[in-house]
Parts: sequence; C-alpha cells; structure tokens
Amino acid sequence: MSAPSRPSRILRGLAGLVLAVGLTLGLAVVPPDAVQGEVQRIMYLHVPSILTAYLAFTVTFVTSLLYLWKRDLRFDAVAVSSAEIGVVLTGITLVTGSIWGKSTWGVWWTWDARLTLTAILFTIYVGYLMMRAFAEDPPAAARYGAVLAILGFLDIPLNHMAVQWWRTLHQPSSMLRPGGPSVDPVLLLPLLVNLLGLILLYSHLLLERMRLERLRTEAMALRLTRGRRG
Amino acid sequence: MMAELMRRTWAMTWKDVTVELRARERVNAMLFFAALVLFIFNFAMGPDQEKLRAAAPGLLWLAFLFTGMLGLGRSFQAERENECFEELLLTPGDRESLYFGKLFGNILFMLMAEALILPLSAILYNLDIWASLPALGLVAFLGTVGFSAIGTLLAAMTAHMRAREVMLPLLLLPLTVPVILGSVHATGAILAGQGLGEAIHWLKLLAGFDIVFLVACPLAFEFVLEE
Repeated sequence: MSAPSRPSRILRGLAGLVLAVGLTLGLAVVPPDAVQGEVQRIMYLHVPSILTAYLAFTVTFVTSLLYLWKRDLRFDAVAVSSAEIGVVLTGITLVTGSIWGKSTWGVWWTWDARLTLTAILFTIYVGYLMMRAFAEDPPAAARYGAVLAILGFLDIPLNHMAVQWWRTLHQPSSMLRPGGPSVDPVLLLPLLVNLLGLILLYSHLLLERMRLERLRTEAMALRLTRGRRG
Repeated sequence: MMAELMRRTWAMTWKDVTVELRARERVNAMLFFAALVLFIFNFAMGPDQEKLRAAAPGLLWLAFLFTGMLGLGRSFQAERENECFEELLLTPGDRESLYFGKLFGNILFMLMAEALILPLSAILYNLDIWASLPALGLVAFLGTVGFSAIGTLLAAMTAHMRAREVMLPLLLLPLTVPVILGSVHATGAILAGQGLGEAIHWLKLLAGFDIVFLVACPLAFEFVLEE
C-alpha cells in the first residue's frame, strides 16, 4: 500500500522511455518547420497534452456517470484523479500554446477559437476541483462532483459552437491555425510517440493518485476509530 | 401526472413569491444593486457617449448576470437559515417540481431586475431601445432561462458549502459562457439595428442551451438534494 504497485511502476518506466524517444525525435531529429522554424517543435508537447487532457476529462465524465449509477466511491476516486491530471495537462497546453503564440503571432494571448475554448475548459475543471475542496463531506463532494463533471461535459459542444461563431463571424481565424491542417508524416511520428508517452504517464499518475485517495480514506477511518476509543 | 407536476411546481414558486412579497429581501436588493452596477460602469468607461454605446451590450449583460447571481445566491437562503431543507425534501412528489418551482421564481426575479436595468441603461447610456424592445425582450428571456437553469441547480449545490458566496460564481460563470456570448452578441446585433436576422444564430444557440440544461438540470437536481 505504501509503495507504487507493480503495474504502476511498469507504466512509469514505459512512459519515461516513450517520452524520451518522442521528445528526442521531435526536438532534435525531425527537420524544423519551413515557415515557423524551430519554435514549431513545441507542437510535439502541445498537441499530445491537449489530446491526453481530453481523454482525462472523458474518463472523468464516464466514471462520474458510473458513480451516480452504482454509488461506488472507487468510481469517484477515478473521476477526481483524472480531472486533476486533466487540469494539469490543460495548464501545460495553455502555457506551451502561449509561448508558441508569442513567437509566431507576437502576442502571449489572442482570442483564437481554440485557445478560448481551452481556457474555458480549464476554468470549468478548476471550478470542479475547488468545489471538491469546499464540499461539506466526502459523499456530498462525490455527488456534486459527478453532477458538475456531467454538466461540464455537456457544456463543451455548446461552448465549441459559441466560440467558433464568435471568432468566425467577426474575423477569419485561418492565419491563427498553428501547424496547419495537414501535417507531414515525418512530423506526425514524434507527435504520435509523445501522445502514447503522455497516455502512459497519465495512466501511471492516475493509478498513483487513486492510491493516494485510498490512503486518505484509510487515514480518515483510522482517525475516526481512534477518536472514538480515546 | 403532468397536471400534478405543474400544480406542485406552482405551489413552490408561489411560496417563494409570497415570501418575497412579504419580506422584500431579494428583489429590492437586486434592483438597487442593478442600478448601482450601471452607475459604476459609467466610471469605468468614462463619460464618452460613443464608447459607452459600443460597450453597452456587454455592460448590460454584466449587469443582468451580476444581479441574477445575487438573486440566485439567496434562492435557498430561507430554507438554509431556518433549517427547512429536510421539510422541503419531505414534500411528496418528484424533486423535479422543487427544481422547476425554484427556477421559475429565480427567472421571475431576474426578469424583474432586467425590466429595470434595460430602460435605465437606455437613459444613462443614451441607447435607442424602444423600437427593438420585443427582440431585446426575447434575447433577455432566452438568456435568463439558460443562466437560471444552471444557476438554480448550483445554488442548491452550494447552499451548504463553506464559502458558498464565492463558489456559486466560480462554478456558474465558466459553465454559462455560451449564454454570455450568445446574449451579448444577439443584443449587440439588435442594438446596432441589424434586427433579428443577424441575431438568429445566437438565438438558436441560446435556445439550444436552454433545452439541453432544462432537461439535464432537473435530472441532476435529484442527486444534489439527496441527504
């Protein structure tokens, strides 16, 4: 219980290996972008991060539904753990995107449709995590969390439409498309390798975060019984 | 079944409206706050009429939303302060009627505040709203319904929380970004004299948002109120 489990350790090792290969490929081996130059290499971290974040939020959504259905707190532990990692990955996406934007568009932030959408996603799930810290007791936090995760997920397509219209009705966003729609297969390889690496890392972190949740519940139960005796 | 749900919903709304008519705690505060917000925006934007008019749709909706949030925050206050949540839960029938009852009250109070803000903003910001009043009313209604649909659910959720005054806006604002964008831009198009044609996109979005959350929120309300 006190050390990472065997599958978790294996996942950690694999994640490190795959990410090392992917980052080496992306940062040193493949040729730099013809137009943007070296800075475009940030894509190899940026794009896999957001894709893995989407995976994390989808896991949160599904396990939240399962929690409300089955009432098993283990589902809730997966939901909150996954959301936490998703928020970190979204944060990484925003920061790398911002750095990328500064050198290609000349500004740290622009209200591009995708940037805006990512920022909205970030605020929804930060709110979710804050709520979990403020709820009166763990079962209530689990119920409220599940409800919020489901509402937040339903909100994503609506936000997507709103932001798309907002940005396209007023000014074209064609030049603000980092990477462009078509990616050369040579450039695609590090992207996919890093994506795999991040998914492995996500799985490892998820297992570890769930272990933490279990330990916390256990500690709380121990404290309660001790309190009763003493 | 349907008639029963409507009867219960009406009873719930009527209870809230009666309390409000007797105590006048919520609406008076909302109306005064709304007037203050419009007044304060003047200082933020400066006295330039052109600038104020350009920013008017956004300012108008910020005033609507802030005022609405004030009302939402108090919508479960009576039950919480008098420890009547259990009694509320013991009422026979579906929880949905509780949700819809609270929702209609919240929509009603928010629309009342908007009915004051709109003419007041026309005076303070020199807007010509009178010709397009029905269109503006439609946008206000659709936006208010969507905002309150999520807001009522979150108000129930945060009612028992520590730091609930902070938690409600923190949860509500990110989730209602589509409502904010849709309402502000529809209002902007209408105030610019483009009529409903330009705003139709946004109205559809608002209507879609309303439908999605008017279905999802009553279902979720069951889980929020559970004890």
